[in-house]
Amino acid sequence: MLRKVPLAISVAAAALIGTAANAQTELTVYTAFEAEDLKRYADTFNEDHPDITINWVRDSTGIVTAKLLAEKNNPQADVVWGLAATSLLLLKSEGMLEPYAPVGVEALDPKFVDNDDPPAWVGQDAWVASICFNTVEGEKYGLTAPGSWKDLLDPMYAGHVIMPNPNSSGTGFLDVSSWLQMFGEEEGWAFMDGLHENIARYTHSGSKPCKLAAAGKIPIGVSFAFRGAKSKAAGAPLEIIVPSEGVGWDMEAGGIIAGTANLEAAQTLLDWAVTRKAMEMYNVGYAVIAMPGVAKPVEHFPEGLLDAMIDNDFEWAANNRAAILAEWQSRYDGKSEPKS
Amino acid sequence: MSESVATLPKGGRVRPKLGRDDVMMRLWMVVIALYLVVTLAFPLYAMLSKSVSTFRFDLTWFEFQVSNEEGRFDAAPILASALNANLGLYVEADLVTGSDGRLAATEFFPEFSFRSPVMYRIRGTVDDATFLVGSTRHQGQEWVELDSNTFRRVQLRPATSTGLDNFRTYFATPALSNSITNSLVIATLSTIVTIVLAFAYAYALNRSCARFKGFFRLVAMAPILVPSLLPGIALVYLFGNQGMLKSLLMGESIYGPIGIVIGAVFFTFPHAFLILSTALAISDARLYEAAAALRASPWKTFWTVTIPGARYGLISAAFVVFNLVITDFGLPKVIGGQYNVLAVDIYKQVIGQQNFEMGAVVSVVLVIPALLAFAVDRFVQRRQVAQLTARSVPFQPKPDRARDRAWFTCCTVIAVFILGILGVCQFAALVKFWPYDLSLSLNNYRFDLMDGGGWASYYNSIKMGLITAAVGTVIIFFGAFLVEKSNGFTTGRNIFQMFAMLPMAIPGMVLGLAYIFFFNDPANPLHVLYGTMAILVICTITHFYTVSHLTAVTALKQMDREFEAVSASLKQPAMKLFSRVTVPVCLPAILDISIYLFVNAMTTVSAVVFLYSPKTSLASVAVLNMDDAGDIAPAAAMGMMIFYTNAAARIIHLALSRGVMKRTQAWRFR
Repeated sequence: MLRKVPLAISVAAAALIGTAANAQTELTVYTAFEAEDLKRYADTFNEDHPDITINWVRDSTGIVTAKLLAEKNNPQADVVWGLAATSLLLLKSEGMLEPYAPVGVEALDPKFVDNDDPPAWVGQDAWVASICFNTVEGEKYGLTAPGSWKDLLDPMYAGHVIMPNPNSSGTGFLDVSSWLQMFGEEEGWAFMDGLHENIARYTHSGSKPCKLAAAGKIPIGVSFAFRGAKSKAAGAPLEIIVPSEGVGWDMEAGGIIAGTANLEAAQTLLDWAVTRKAMEMYNVGYAVIAMPGVAKPVEHFPEGLLDAMIDNDFEWAANNRAAILAEWQSRYDGKSEPKS
Repeated sequence: MSESVATLPKGGRVRPKLGRDDVMMRLWMVVIALYLVVTLAFPLYAMLSKSVSTFRFDLTWFEFQVSNEEGRFDAAPILASALNANLGLYVEADLVTGSDGRLAATEFFPEFSFRSPVMYRIRGTVDDATFLVGSTRHQGQEWVELDSNTFRRVQLRPATSTGLDNFRTYFATPALSNSITNSLVIATLSTIVTIVLAFAYAYALNRSCARFKGFFRLVAMAPILVPSLLPGIALVYLFGNQGMLKSLLMGESIYGPIGIVIGAVFFTFPHAFLILSTALAISDARLYEAAAALRASPWKTFWTVTIPGARYGLISAAFVVFNLVITDFGLPKVIGGQYNVLAVDIYKQVIGQQNFEMGAVVSVVLVIPALLAFAVDRFVQRRQVAQLTARSVPFQPKPDRARDRAWFTCCTVIAVFILGILGVCQFAALVKFWPYDLSLSLNNYRFDLMDGGGWASYYNSIKMGLITAAVGTVIIFFGAFLVEKSNGFTTGRNIFQMFAMLPMAIPGMVLGLAYIFFFNDPANPLHVLYGTMAILVICTITHFYTVSHLTAVTALKQMDREFEAVSASLKQPAMKLFSRVTVPVCLPAILDISIYLFVNAMTTVSAVVFLYSPKTSLASVAVLNMDDAGDIAPAAAMGMMIFYTNAAARIIHLALSRGVMKRTQAWRFR
């Protein structure tokens, strides 16, 4: 008697929350968009479509992807919007995406759209790898700013570089896969062997190295340009460097989850996500967006970013991901002792 | 019932008749046990079956046909397994892979060129055979015809089966299996340090007349009020590259075992203190009187009376701390650097690589030390005797100036360590841009601009904490009462006890994942719970069942079974004894349990990180996400918000306890 009552109340309360009547269509959107952008994105979307409410489920790329895969047999999401294309390829190969060609998709740069017709996913903007260099800390340790990836092999950087661990961070994998694509397998691994000697530690998140560099906790963080620009705008003494060899990149992309009960609203959202208005909305934070000719320069973004983006082979990366990660792990993750 | 004794004739078995009370109590025990089965055993079974689901390329499943240069398919179709045998490419062991395993079809055609006019056909020989063309999935026995340029994009996918391949892979990969040693080292070190410190602290507060006991008691409980990753954040500020006290480390890095142990001592301290304090709170003064009469030295009295009296508490505390450290993932994630431990490995496998199977394998490995701890606990418990008999005289410490001052100093050092960690976090949260702009601002409190759900997550956490405390305390204390005070039914009680111990062994992350697999299965009638506050509450109660249960059991154990005997002989129903004697006597412990559940619901991260939905985002998860994104100062700010909330709850709890103590615990002082 004692315990039945509270449990019954909580179950009833849960049921109430679940069925809260609403005339609106509610869309559950899984995303890895930056948290600070979510409200702005939803508000801008609602200007045109006030009848659709977006319920964000926001987390880092890895968690959202894991969640989606774990829910494979009973998907909770209606739409994925703002998740790495690499993850969407994974979802597609599991048959989890509902192919749909958004109205106006032709206006996008083809490399931002899935090859299939109708496409399983469409891209919104690109996030591009960069090096964040803290000039104050650099001066303190007598470091010159690196100009290329290979510069980072210089012994003077020993213990002064942080990069994300590709086994836990999408950005980390992006770096590793871009080095292997640019330098070739053999030279790529040789480069990472050298780089490993200079790495102070590997982080679990892709934006953290740049934030750590911004906070002066390390002089050099291998991260992405967007994060660097944000920290620079917040007043950090950062220089954002585009290595001369070229940089890896991934895009934020969207797609409809197969089996959604709100297909129509989901399609409306995807249609809207490729409009010019949406592109301008992404452009506030991102310098590289899917619709050519719309982007305006974003403050603090380094120059020459667009030209430095390598011809990224997402399919190659997806097919070789497991092997690359295993190799990386056996080379660099086995070491248990932290360095300096 | 087949007792075969060779020589003697069988005698009748003596079985006491079951009373109405016994039946009732057993029935209730079954109900609560059922709750544990559904919220713990079933999800874990789902997790276990994940760890043995293996992936392997079955080459007999795929069939190819190759055309000539004109595109005519004259040659007979050939199985991939036959091609493999001809070429001698792979042995069986090479074909073991993960859920995302891919094998390029062109591997079987050494003469393949993507420019060649040769056409290829591929099909599965069974319906389950899956392959990708580009990233598009094909399944089944239909032939798919492709030109050479497209055929190079064909990837075979593995078949699912059951076996121990994942475990083999795990132990064959040093990068993974090294974590076992690391985890054990960290957990052992932290346990030794924490138990020594917590015992000294609890002893000072219960057995000496040191001053400011109330204050010290409050401080000791402070770490329980914050998420386990908060000390990690503080240590980064103290000893990181820009740290205030970096020079103290003499060149050693805080990122690694040093940082984990210091942080672990911080966050496990209150757990150990809670148990040890309960164990030391009640003791029989007659034993000390006897020791004094026999002229035993204080040292000897300590080892022959105090330690044996607290033995059960010591061992329980040690095993709680050990398991907390080994299963915690927040702290090593923040400050572990390259020092891999098991709990973070699960995170890396699941989050970084979406390799659920390997994550499940690591979880299974992680459960083993906890099961050993359980065995030890059972062994010790069997030798435990009730401390507080109906004839006991409560022990009251006598003042002793020098001794009390020494204990006071000891407590002060520990208290400074605890408060220092919290102070650093609060300072970091208020600074504008560490270390370049040290002016104070509230910028870091603008949570709505950051990861984690903003201020709404904070209110959700409070709501969840309240429900968890209310529902959890009732279930857990009642369960502990049933298991401790019912008669007979030994097997059932042992099984129940095992279930109650198990949650401590289950890393939150595993529990969370297990919940997804179990509750999100459309075939499960309980799947309506998925995505609601209810599942967060259930998960949290289950996750923190063990310590609450142990607190309740420790309190109940101190009540002699004579109480039951007396009540039975007075023909009073067991429920009346429960409500009129047991609950009032154990009320301090009950309040402790409810506050313990509330604060842990506020601080838990790992268990709920997979379970929260847009409407139920939580503050503790926000701390994790903000730190993960490198927003360390806002993470510290949210962590401190959790701290203040919990501190307020704790103060209310204290006031309540005072009132309750006055009303129900007067018998302790005479």
